[in-house]
Amino acid sequence: MNVRWPVLVLCLLAGSAHAQGFAGLGTTADGFAIPQRGTALSFPRDHGPHPKYRIEWWYLTATLQGEDGRDYGIQWTLFRSSLAPRDGQGWETPQLWMAHAALTTPDAHYLDERLARGGIGQAGVSIAPFHAYIDNWEMQGHEGSGISDLTLSASGPEFAYDLTLKAAGPLVLHGDGGYSVKSAAGQASYYYSQPHYEGRGTITLPEGEIAVSGLGWLDREWSSQPLASDQTGWDWFSLSFDSGARMMGFRLRDDMSGYTSATWIAPDGNTSALPDGALKLTPLAASSVAGREVPTRWRVELPARDLDVTVSALNPQSWMDTSFPYWEGPVTVSGSHMGRGYLEMTGY
Amino acid sequence: MTRVALAALLSHWRRQPLQLLTLLIGLALATGLWSAVQAINAEARASYAQAAAQLGRSDHALLSAPSGWIARKDYVALRRAGWKLSPVLEGRARLGEIAATVVGVDFLSYPKPPEADAGAPEVTPERIFLAPGLLFAPPELAVQLAAQPDLPPVVATADLPPGVVMTEISLAQYLLDRAGQIDRLLVLDAQPINLRPLAELAPDLVLTPPERGTETARLTDSFHLNLTAFGLLSFAVGLFIVHGTIGLAFQQRRAMFRTMRALGISLRHLTWLLIAELGLLALVAGLLGLVLGYLVAAALLPDVAATLRGLYGAPVSGGLTLRPLWALSGLGIALIGAAIAGAQGVWRLHAMPLLASAEQRAWAGVAVRRARFQALAGLALLAAGGAAIWLFDGLVAGFALLAGLMLGAALLLPALLDLVLALIQRRTRAPVAQWIWADMRAQLPGLSLALMALLLALATNIGVGTMVSSFRLTFTGWLDQRLAAELYVTARTDEQGAALHRWLEQRVDAVLPVRSVDALIAGQYGEVVGMRAHETYRRNWPLIAAAPQVWERLDASGGVLVNEQLARRENLWPGAQVTIGTDWHPEVIGVYSDYGNPVGQIIVSLDTLLARFDGVPYRQFGVRIAPDRVPALVTEIRAQFDLPASAVVDQAEIKARSLAVFEKTFLVTGALNVLTLGVAAFAILTSLLTLWGMRLPQLAPVWALGLTRARLARLELLRSVVLAGLTALAALPLGLLLAWVLLAVINVKAFGWRLPIYLFSGDWLLLLALALLAGALAAALPAHRLRRTPPADLLKVFANER
Repeated sequence: MNVRWPVLVLCLLAGSAHAQGFAGLGTTADGFAIPQRGTALSFPRDHGPHPKYRIEWWYLTATLQGEDGRDYGIQWTLFRSSLAPRDGQGWETPQLWMAHAALTTPDAHYLDERLARGGIGQAGVSIAPFHAYIDNWEMQGHEGSGISDLTLSASGPEFAYDLTLKAAGPLVLHGDGGYSVKSAAGQASYYYSQPHYEGRGTITLPEGEIAVSGLGWLDREWSSQPLASDQTGWDWFSLSFDSGARMMGFRLRDDMSGYTSATWIAPDGNTSALPDGALKLTPLAASSVAGREVPTRWRVELPARDLDVTVSALNPQSWMDTSFPYWEGPVTVSGSHMGRGYLEMTGY
Repeated sequence: MTRVALAALLSHWRRQPLQLLTLLIGLALATGLWSAVQAINAEARASYAQAAAQLGRSDHALLSAPSGWIARKDYVALRRAGWKLSPVLEGRARLGEIAATVVGVDFLSYPKPPEADAGAPEVTPERIFLAPGLLFAPPELAVQLAAQPDLPPVVATADLPPGVVMTEISLAQYLLDRAGQIDRLLVLDAQPINLRPLAELAPDLVLTPPERGTETARLTDSFHLNLTAFGLLSFAVGLFIVHGTIGLAFQQRRAMFRTMRALGISLRHLTWLLIAELGLLALVAGLLGLVLGYLVAAALLPDVAATLRGLYGAPVSGGLTLRPLWALSGLGIALIGAAIAGAQGVWRLHAMPLLASAEQRAWAGVAVRRARFQALAGLALLAAGGAAIWLFDGLVAGFALLAGLMLGAALLLPALLDLVLALIQRRTRAPVAQWIWADMRAQLPGLSLALMALLLALATNIGVGTMVSSFRLTFTGWLDQRLAAELYVTARTDEQGAALHRWLEQRVDAVLPVRSVDALIAGQYGEVVGMRAHETYRRNWPLIAAAPQVWERLDASGGVLVNEQLARRENLWPGAQVTIGTDWHPEVIGVYSDYGNPVGQIIVSLDTLLARFDGVPYRQFGVRIAPDRVPALVTEIRAQFDLPASAVVDQAEIKARSLAVFEKTFLVTGALNVLTLGVAAFAILTSLLTLWGMRLPQLAPVWALGLTRARLARLELLRSVVLAGLTALAALPLGLLLAWVLLAVINVKAFGWRLPIYLFSGDWLLLLALALLAGALAAALPAHRLRRTPPADLLKVFANER
């Protein structure tokens, strides 16, 4: 999973402090729907928005290799945040949208942020065909193919990218059939992924355009209350190994030992969920980023799968200096398994 | 040594407390008036800057629609094309009983959302975006709004200018009854790469680049220049006083200087001591002046704020903040003033031979040469002022003309007075009379500075008084013409407006809808008003230029009327074509006067307006009805349509309100005027006191020849009154010239309209009387002293003569 957060950027604007948890995710969810174990996800319906849930995201990352031989990474994220558990038309809708896009190179990290109101056509997600958009940033599917065939684009003041992505494997449901538990107290979200994208396209840097190809990973998650109030942040990994296997793993940090969860995805797409404590994460080295110390080299162990790897940031300065700043960037994997992936860290 | 010497110098002031008081008051007055004006200007400018920043007008480029408003879907289309824009809707709305400017923004994209003051209700995204929403308002307005029923919660914020309510755009659209509309789009920073140009995406929208100075600041520059000119004038007049006093103090201490030099204090040392003494006095006076300036500014600021709001629509708060820079500059100006006033004294001390006697008449020869030089400089200044307005355009040239005129005339005054006195002297035969006129001429150099101050004060009084009175007369006449309908009604919504129209039509003599939109006129934003050429307007509308059959053509040929400001600015007189929006070029068929309106305005026929623009509000109506039926109708309308009192206003009330704004506008001018005159009278007094010390040696021989002290005292009074009277006579033409410059040059350049001059001779007589009174009062003390001088003192003059 990757626990993302609601548009609490608005709280910044209002000047009110968010005392509980990271970015206020621990608040109670008045009137909002709460994920229930045993609810079957249904597609393409669940590719679309769930306005009765407080927060939701469409989160795509890709590790790319350029024709120049260098490694790159891109992030395309659309968040939906609901101020009330209903939909609506016009400016009056309680649905708000936020998006982040980033392009990471070994020595640079470009990013941009967009905010938009729902109800007026500036941002939203539709399912037939699949279309997620905010301003001119788009994730567009084709009629009848769900999300298995996407074009993806975004641009900022210093960068742009334009990719096509084709899924080479099935959707992956995390936790118990998509019901993903986030704390020992039972907070949970609905969470599924499409980790099997193969992509190609162009990225635009200040130096010019570069043709790229690589692997993409889409996360879909929605909930109303995914964090316990004592949880302060998280470390989240999505790793694609050269063997064809993949792993999603995270640890929610608290003042105790934290809460971990992982999903092992075999090359054929079969998954197994691993319980709290199975995943072991150890910071090996930290970098000074934006005035704070952030671990950018990790030892990741999953003894049940004989996994013991070192995960290193492609660019330790992959700081997302957005309304709610965090670290997100491409990583390389070495050790018992070789591969690439994405790392996200919040609350540092 | 230094301490003893300084104590000796300062002992003079202990013996002459009146002089000390005069010096301190003079310098404090000069500093105070100057600082007051500076404080007022700084406060107003700070308010504009804040308003401009809050309303997002200054820092960002703007997109707006010549047709009046931008549709939401067009905004969304531009966002979807990648442009980072933030929508703003702005208009006047009535919130309960309070009229305010409502600014609607999208809080997600707005670059500078206001921050709530401490103690305001908690602001959360839910409260901003979900019904009932929040209103952000400046503290004063927040208190008023909180008392209104049926309004959303109000959050006080120091970030908003007075009279402005900021809120979520959906709520603003509801309050302004403008669903789906946006007035302007701010072009935000950090646009993404590879965007299609706005000109291609939205060819119908107009892009205005970020403004360097704000519109309001430019608009009000003339007003501030005006105040600054007054401040400088007061400062100059104050300096005349200080100059006189310091001159006197040096004069009276010559013997002391001589003694100190003889005791071994070097000239250099003495000079430094005198400079230190002056500096000390300036500092004390400067501090006094700052207190005075603050008090004057605090007293005048509410009126200034009212003026700026009324005349320019510029939001300025009535509260004064103390700025450190302001205090420093006030002290600085006091020091500079003292330096200017004391320079001559120090220089004379330097040039004085060690053992020279307290010689006065030796300066007479110098004075003649100086008077000639002064007169020449005066002529040169007059010529320069004339050349400025001839060669250059704009407000600054107008003020250059003003400055040249005033200073030049002041410098010419001594020569003129000398000429007049010489003429009179030549025509007199009696010995005493001849002596009187000759003596008066001899005193002129010493009095000339004070008389110049009086001239300036009187001329300013006449000029500004004439301007204000002319303005007032024109304005009231214009109000009578413009406000022809007996009653003005404003509906809440367009639907209510339509209902109101139908309802009124069955009850009154005529209903005159007032409908207008904002649009681009000749490249700048202005107002297009639709008018039905009803008989009321044909008879009353104040046209200053018109083509034949102007009203018929307004209806039939689609011609338009433009207001005077626009006509003068863009040279649009009957026969010319004006561009409205981008593609409409109607013919100008008339020009009307439109005082007090800072923006360009165009009148078209109502049918033309409705054909050309969509979504024209339908809410305001003028109602023609017999005046005695007005009160009953007002009650009926309010009851029938549930309108607040402020939405149904009769003609008399609007007139009273407009006149109140007008009176406020010139209250400050009047106050400064009176202060300046008072300071000038004080200057004469100090000059006469300065001369007093030199008078005895000149009067003693006359006394010895048989003129009694009482007669001499009467002659002293007469002399002062005659000089003041002559100065007042000279001030009259100067004042009228000043009035002409203000009305025909400065006004046209500052406001865009020209006013006819009306003369008020009664006021002049009053001013002449005031000038004579000032002269008499200023001479009263010296005359009284002369009357009481013991004969022994007069005899001593002969005993001391060497």
